[in-house]
This record gives sequence, structure tokens and C-alpha cells, in this order.
Amino acid sequence: MIEDVEKIFDTRELNVNMGPQHPATHGVLRLVLDIDGETIVKVTPHVGYLHRGIEKLGESLSYFQALPLTDRLDYVSAMSNNIGYCVAVEKLFGIEVPERAKYIRTIVGEMSRISNHLLWLATHALDIGAMTVFIYCFREREWILDLFEMICGARLTVTYPRVGGVRNDVPQEFLDSIWKFTDEFPSRILEYETLIDQNRIWLQRTVGIGVISAEEAVNWGMTGPTLRGSGVSYDIRKHMPYDAYDKVDFEVPIGTTGDTYDRYRCRMLEMRQSNNILRQLIEKLPAGPIMADAPKFLLQPKDMMMPITHPTKELAYVIEEKACKGCGMCLRACPAKAIFGEKKQPHVIKQDLCLQCGNCFVTCKFKALKLIPGGKGMTEEQLKELAAGPMPEEITKAAEYMVKHFEFVKKGPKVPEGELYVATEVPKGELGFYFVSDGSGKPFRMRLRSPSFVHAGVLPRLCKGHLVADVIANIGTIDIVLGECDR
Amino acid sequence: MNTLTNIISPSALDALIQFGITVLIIILKIVVVLVVGLLHVAYATWFERKVIGHMQVRLGPMRVGWHGLLQPFADGIKLFFKEDIIPTQADKTVFYIGPIIFMAAAMVNLAFIPFASNFAVAQQVNLGLLMILAFAGMGVYGIFISGWASNSKYSFLGGLRSSAQVISYEIAMGLSLVGVMIMSGSLNLTDIVKAQEASVFGMYVIPQLAGFLVFTIAALAETNRTPFDMPEAESELVAGYFTEYSSFRFALFFLGEYIAMIIMASMASVCFLGGWTLPWYITSLLPFLKLVPGIVWFLMKVYAFIFFYYWIRATVPRYRYDQVMKIGWKVLIPVSLANIVVTALVKILVTRGV
Repeated sequence: MIEDVEKIFDTRELNVNMGPQHPATHGVLRLVLDIDGETIVKVTPHVGYLHRGIEKLGESLSYFQALPLTDRLDYVSAMSNNIGYCVAVEKLFGIEVPERAKYIRTIVGEMSRISNHLLWLATHALDIGAMTVFIYCFREREWILDLFEMICGARLTVTYPRVGGVRNDVPQEFLDSIWKFTDEFPSRILEYETLIDQNRIWLQRTVGIGVISAEEAVNWGMTGPTLRGSGVSYDIRKHMPYDAYDKVDFEVPIGTTGDTYDRYRCRMLEMRQSNNILRQLIEKLPAGPIMADAPKFLLQPKDMMMPITHPTKELAYVIEEKACKGCGMCLRACPAKAIFGEKKQPHVIKQDLCLQCGNCFVTCKFKALKLIPGGKGMTEEQLKELAAGPMPEEITKAAEYMVKHFEFVKKGPKVPEGELYVATEVPKGELGFYFVSDGSGKPFRMRLRSPSFVHAGVLPRLCKGHLVADVIANIGTIDIVLGECDR
Repeated sequence: MNTLTNIISPSALDALIQFGITVLIIILKIVVVLVVGLLHVAYATWFERKVIGHMQVRLGPMRVGWHGLLQPFADGIKLFFKEDIIPTQADKTVFYIGPIIFMAAAMVNLAFIPFASNFAVAQQVNLGLLMILAFAGMGVYGIFISGWASNSKYSFLGGLRSSAQVISYEIAMGLSLVGVMIMSGSLNLTDIVKAQEASVFGMYVIPQLAGFLVFTIAALAETNRTPFDMPEAESELVAGYFTEYSSFRFALFFLGEYIAMIIMASMASVCFLGGWTLPWYITSLLPFLKLVPGIVWFLMKVYAFIFFYYWIRATVPRYRYDQVMKIGWKVLIPVSLANIVVTALVKILVTRGV
């Protein structure tokens, strides 16, 4: 009967374009749905609306400069991406990070995991219709973001972990506050669970939705809690520990059936585990340096670069008349336009305009520029006199450091040649960095393995045969962020 | 005066004046109900935002006026002055009519609600209950044709879902009220309240508990509130049938929805909670409560019911479409049918004195 009707009227599926602007696709994911009534016949995910070419950009930036790009991958848990990148680059450099830095990184990594899972729970619950969970989760997430602000000044794009350690040491108030957080957080998790965990509607909406078996999940390349919900115990923190994960005691929660509810349970348990990890780390946090000691590979602090010991502690750049050929290179290099002079005539630096950036110093091919112990109050004659006289040893040394520093920043460190893949466990799954190094200071090729991209590919498999409302539940359960997916 | 008496007889003039006064009173009643009703709608939105805000550890509107009291007017002015966008592909005439039908169908119901013992715009309507059910069902035409006319797939799906849902729950709601009709023996809403006042229970929610529960759930679904807000499930269908509407046309949907909500709350109050009366056992215990005007009790019951709506919205997730249908057809309708059978049996047994 129905076949007859279909023959007469030439019925076909309704084609709905869900996204890239849609309240529930978590960014700019576009899903083309073929629906038969309310039933999904086919889902085709289209990605790439947020492509910024981060991998390609990485090839033209030195290893330190590419770090802020990783914040923009998964902007929900920027801290974890930074750590993943740093761990990979450190392995490439072959440097060892001090204990304290490892602990601090693990602390902020777990905080970022909690904040990511909170955002996931908030949006997932909101998608399924539970409004209040959303606001409750943001209350705790706000606390964590405030703590991030305390240690590095940024809330979202932190760039706090650095290659070789971390940017700043953590203040005591930070540790106190995070300790208080770990005290209160388990009761807050219970608060979320009272709203949804045993809620009849929540169970009806999540149990048996988007079921994927362990074998299939592995074949699809799923990782993280999305895989663990299917009962596969795979956690890089546990099985290939990095940073301080081998020094803490934690469990990897796994599900059984691999449906949306199991993945939800996994993440809820993971938040509790992260809370435990945080407490252990704060208790064990050792004293010591926070940056690795590897001058060959890492940028050194400024005061180590310029050991100035002369009494006035003031320096000035002057141009030696005899050596200057008047080529104009320094003139063009000066950002403050403090250098004057005709072509083929000796140039002069106006000291009151000079920023002392040293650009002219390193650009000059004829070594006409000199660093002298002088200040802004001096007349030109006095400066000339000083320039003509013998140089103190410290100044010569400082000048040498200056050139070295400049070259280091511009060209990057000399990195061993080779290829390397390092994966870390970010909240969404396995984030891998693959570097091909040709021995220069910039990667020859940088490639990311982002969990969101892989998980977005599983969507058609998860949604097939379900209803329109389940597509939303499935987008929520794989926990994707399009910044990371599209890179 | 003399010329007038020459034309018509004094008795006819008296009758004419009487008629004029009656019409004037009705018009006055309509104006009062409309203005007060719309004010209540405006403050129902404010009340919702405040209630849900405080349930979600935030404050709700705070900026416009004291504790945001002027927020509804600010919203109204904003919506009124916004650009009215009509999609080029839309079916224009139908697009215009949709929200008007929806709003009108909801507003007409205000006429049948007895707000106090002697105050309803259409007091003598003997089929008040049926009229409300009929007009509540009319609203679905507004939803459906605006979903169709928008020429957007989200709107279309929203309209389809809505019509299916409202039709299914209409049945459950109508059946849940049959128990009340049997007990009171009338369809006139004023008579229903009076019958409740005279009954042993004081309010029908006690003997008709099953009916009340079915009615509450069906009312939620009928007014498209969480957890049955399928037609406008924002995470799935953006905004459902009114996705393409903006400016005051959107405001009409918004108003209509809140009026429908107040109507449903009034229905619950009138049919199950005793309307403007208090049960005799409360007034005999605390006689001074009789001095309070009936409208106060009526509004308290209405707002308690509305508060319950908001409370649900802040608490539970959303059902899936097929689950909504399953509840409607497999749970609510059988329960209300059983309720009718039991009520009718008891009524027969009581009246025959067996």
C-alpha cells in the first residue's frame, strides 16, 4: 500500500541543512540530514567552516611561536592543547622538564579537563532540554577560569604551559583556592546528578541512543571518554604517562554498552577522578625550578641574557662615524625612526627617540654600531668620547648575548632531524602532534590528530535510524569542538 | 424628549436603554478583561524569568525598574519597533494570518473564564468548557499555517509536530475533564464552580485526582511547555514554527502562548481547584477568610499553577517526539478513560442510593 503511494506521488526524503548556524551543532558543524518523517535516513557531516590553517601556519613559525596557535584548537580546554604541544616539542628537543613544572602542568591540565567536562555537561544537558544544569555547570567552570586568570592573566586562550616548563610559578592563593575547589566539587557533581542522573526523561533520551560496540568504536578511531563509554580501557594518561601522571593514583572509568548514557556516566566519573588527581598533586607538589635548563633549546630569561653590572646600568647605542658607510639598513630597521642621515653619509642616532631595541645593532653589516655605558642625559660629545674610549668587558659580553638572542628568536633553536608523533590525553580524546624536523628552528611539517575530527566522522554511524532529536543528543555525546576539528 | 416619545413608546425606550446598558457593561467587561489579562501576560513573563532565574542561582531581570519590574514593557517596546522581516519565499497572506489566528484563538478564551462569582464576559454560555476546548484547538491552525507559510524546513517540521501533538493531547485533555462534567452535571464554568462549592470535597481535585494529573500533563503539552516543547525545541528546530517570524508578529506568538498558559491555569483552577471559592472545611475553620474577595483566591490558584509550570521548566529535560506521542496515546488517554468509567459508576451508585 505504502509502496503504491510512493510510486504514485514520487515521495522522497526531506533534506534539511542543519548548521553551520544552528543553536545545537556546537559551533559551525553542518549536517545534511535526509529525514523520512522524523526518522534519520542519512547524515552527512560537512566540516571546514572554521579552517584557519593552523598546521600550515606552524611551518612558518618557530617552535615557540606556534604555541599560541594551539590555544585556538580546542578553545574550551586550551590548557590541555598547550600541554600536548609542549610535551611533543620537548620530546623532539630531548629536554627534561623540572619536577615542579610537571606537577603544575598536570594540575592545570586536570583543571582544564574538569572545565571542559563541565561545559560538555552544560551544553549536552541544555540540548536535551535540562536548562538548570547548564547554569549550575557554568558556576563551577567560572571558578576554574578565575583561577586560570590568577596564574596567567587569561581565561580562555591561556598559553600558560611553555616548551620546557610553565610561564610563571603558581602563587599560594591559587593552591589554596584549588584545594577549596576540590573540597566542594564532589558535592556539586552530586547536585548536577540529582537533576538528571536518575531522571526518567533523561534516561529515555540517552539509554540506547547512539550505541556503538567496543570493536566498532576502535575501528572508527574513537578515543577518550567517547571510546571508554564502549568499555575500552584506553587512556594515554594511564598507559603512556607523561608529565606527572605516573606519580598519581587514579582509575580509568569505563562503560559497558557504549550508548549516550554510558558516555555521560564515564565523563561524570572522570570529573571525580580528576578531582582526586588534583588533591594528590597539590599534596605532593615539590619545590624547585619551573623551567628546564637547556640554553641550547630554550629562550633564557632577559636578565640572564644581559649581565649588566656597570654602575649607572644605562646603555646607549651609538654609530661610529668611521665605520658607517651610510647604507641606510639601520635607518630602515629602526621602529622608532630615531636614526637620521643622508645616503653615503654617517648616520646619527637621536638618543631621546631611541627605544634601545637593538634592531640597528644586529642589522648593521659593518659593525658600526656600538653599545656603550651611557645615558639619555649626555650630550653627543660625551657619547662620542665614551664610544672612542675602551669598552668595559661586561658591555662587550652583553653585546654578544644580544646578537645571539636575536638570532635565536628569529631562526629558532637547532633541532635534531627526524620525525615524531606524540599523543596526549586531552579531555576530548587523543590529541596527537606529528612533527617532521629538517634540523632548522621551524617544523618542516606539523600535523595534528584531533579527536573532534575523528568523532565528527562517526556521527552518521551513530545517528542512523534514530530520530531528529537524537542527532542532537549524539552531537552532544561525542563532545566535539569545531575549532579543533577544522584546525 | 417629547419628540422622542412621539416616535417610540416609553416602554420600548426603556427596553432600548436597558439593552444599551447591557451592551455597555459587556464592552466594559471586555476592556477590563483584555487590559488586565494582557498585563497579567506581561507579568507572567517577568514572573517566569524571575522564578527560573532564582532556581538557577542567578537573579533574572534586574536592570529595568526595581528588580526588573518594567522589563516586560521594555521587551514589548523593543519587539514593536524591530524590523519586520518577511522571507521572500514565504506565502505572504498566510504568513500574516498565522499569528493572528493563534493569538485570537487564545484571547477568545478569556471571555469564558469566570474570574469571580459574578464576573465573566460571557457568563451565560452553557457550553463554556467545550468552547474553551474548541478554541484551544483552534490555535493549532495558527501554528500549522505559519509553519507552512514560512517556507522553511524547520518551521514546517515545527508546525507538523505541533499539530500532531496538540491533536493527540486535545483528546486526553477533553477526556480528563469529562469526570468533572459528570460530577457537576454542567458545562457552564460558573455552575461547575458552584457545584464544587456545594460538594462534600470543596474542590474536585480530591475525587478527580487522576483527572487532574492527566489535565496538568495535557495542559503542559497543549501549551507547548517543557518537557513537551517539541514544536519549538530550540536545540533541534531552532525556534520551530516561528523561526522566520520577527518583530511584532513574533510578539503575537509569544503573547498567545502566555495567554494560553493563563487560560490553562484558569481552567485548572475553575474545574479542579474550586475557582474563586474556598472549600467549606477551610472557611468553617477560619471564618475570617470569607471576607477576602473571591478573585484573590482565583488568582492565587492560577499563579500557583503557573509557578508549577515554571518549576517543571527549570527541572526536567525534553521528551523526544515519539515519546511524547506514546505518553499521550498509551498513558494519558487510557487513564482518563478509566477515570470516566469509575466516576460515572460512582455517580450512578450515589444518585440511585444503592
